[in-house]
Amino acid sequence: MAIELKNVNHIYGQGTIFEQYALKNVDLTIDDGEFIGLIGHTGSGKSTLIQHLNGLLKATEGDILYNGESIYREGYSLRDLRSHVGLVFQYPEHQLFEVDVFTDVCFGPKNLNLPDEEIKKRAAEALSMVGLDESFYKQSPFELSGGQKRRVAIAGVLAMKPEVLVLDEPTAGLDPRGRDEILGLVSDLHEKQGLTVVLVSHSMEDVARYVSRLVVMNHGEKVFDGTPREVFRHYRELEKIGLAAPQITYAVHALRERGIAVDEDIMTVEEARDALLALWKEKTC
Amino acid sequence: MGIIKTVNLIFDYIRHDDETNTDEINHALRDVSLEIEEGSFVAILGHNGSGKSTFAKLMNGILLPTEGTVFVSGMNTNDENLLWDVRKTAGMVFQNPDNQIIGNVVEEDVGFGPENIGVPTEEIWERVDRSLKEVGMTAYRLQSPNKLSGGQKQRVAIAGVMAMRPRCIVLDEPTAMLDPNGRKEVIRTVRELNKQEGITVLLITHYMEEVIDADRVVVMDDGRVVMDGTPKAVFSQVEELKKYRLDVPQVTELAYELKKAGMPLPDGILTIGDLTDSLAAIL
Repeated sequence: MAIELKNVNHIYGQGTIFEQYALKNVDLTIDDGEFIGLIGHTGSGKSTLIQHLNGLLKATEGDILYNGESIYREGYSLRDLRSHVGLVFQYPEHQLFEVDVFTDVCFGPKNLNLPDEEIKKRAAEALSMVGLDESFYKQSPFELSGGQKRRVAIAGVLAMKPEVLVLDEPTAGLDPRGRDEILGLVSDLHEKQGLTVVLVSHSMEDVARYVSRLVVMNHGEKVFDGTPREVFRHYRELEKIGLAAPQITYAVHALRERGIAVDEDIMTVEEARDALLALWKEKTC
Repeated sequence: MGIIKTVNLIFDYIRHDDETNTDEINHALRDVSLEIEEGSFVAILGHNGSGKSTFAKLMNGILLPTEGTVFVSGMNTNDENLLWDVRKTAGMVFQNPDNQIIGNVVEEDVGFGPENIGVPTEEIWERVDRSLKEVGMTAYRLQSPNKLSGGQKQRVAIAGVMAMRPRCIVLDEPTAMLDPNGRKEVIRTVRELNKQEGITVLLITHYMEEVIDADRVVVMDDGRVVMDGTPKAVFSQVEELKKYRLDVPQVTELAYELKKAGMPLPDGILTIGDLTDSLAAIL
């Protein structure tokens, strides 16, 4: 187990009239090598939750263990934790600041007091992981496209060699191609580099395609936790909390209501196509 | 003539390098001629860098054409004397809600525009009342905009534009930074303004679900208009849309895949209803 949250509560403005529960009794275990989607509408507590994973926010109550050890134990190095658990914020390209791409990616490892060679090696590795070759090294990060900027920002986090990568809506504001690039990259990092990934997203279609486990938050509480298929079965409840299943799920349910016997667990276009073609062949043969 | 008309519109971004004394020219729009009918709901699609935002900024004189002409309700945007009238006719809403709100209180923010063009105080308040009502934000009029959600902020921004009594609203990816609920809220508001107030809407977006109810869809690529028609006509060409790096709604893609595999389905299936009706007939 990589990260374990035990009965975590977070209260903003405790003791003031603005007191508000942002997290309520959250129990969550994130195992090594998992690819988890974290879903919830705005204000559901997902951003608060992920900021607990590397100790940026401290739980008001409850405990968080990293590899079995409490991060709230006296003397625990949060600095180390933050290089193990890398956090990519929303619109991470706003945090780019250096004169060129390579220097920007070096910033993190430089702060770890590593030798110069190691810093450069890490930056080069991180940039190659996100698919940016040497021709980008000397470019100003501000002159890249939105998708490229975002990859530079992700490389900055990867250069810290994290074991867990947490991304807060990494595709927000990108066009379909930029979105596919970033999600493809994240999925590669999970498969090829073996990173544990927590992906915060609004898009059920994206989540259905990539993640193996889905955690749904509402009003600071964890309301669903399971495979996407299991979670999407509750599409009516998801609607009540301001979310929706992928469009295909609705199409499948509508078809079933019309007496077309397709499997209700279908959640991608490919699965629906195969199931419907099979039905059609049966009918016509 | 339509409310907006562009004739052979060309726009170049030119960056001058002082050291080498050379210009780097980026052709953002290459010869766009379009006419938008008054009262219609037109969606403009295109991936990043296709020229759609540049096009939007040319609609009310934020940018002026490098070559060609833009007419807004018959007024040439190149005519400096008409610029204020152009901007009153065509209002803009931008992507980031936080960059467009300046008032400390919602109603002040909405009144900012009319106040700046010297509308009498009484009429300002009338306009604020009406605009807030049109976007369904009356209940929040005395709140601080900081406390609103993204979707609510965008609706306040739209109310601010409506208070200028425009005949046309241009929205440049107004939902890109919003969550699904915020997106629905904003699109519903825009649609109502179009249907009930007869405001011409030019919606720039890359979310396909938002455009299936539009009267007309225009697809841009590399500074040119490459597709132009009803949503049904445009979305039936799945291969071509993919070529321009755009998505289609999942049901449209499913119908397209099924059709490709030989199933007898009509073109341009856009909604779940279309799909189930067509499939129920043959399965």
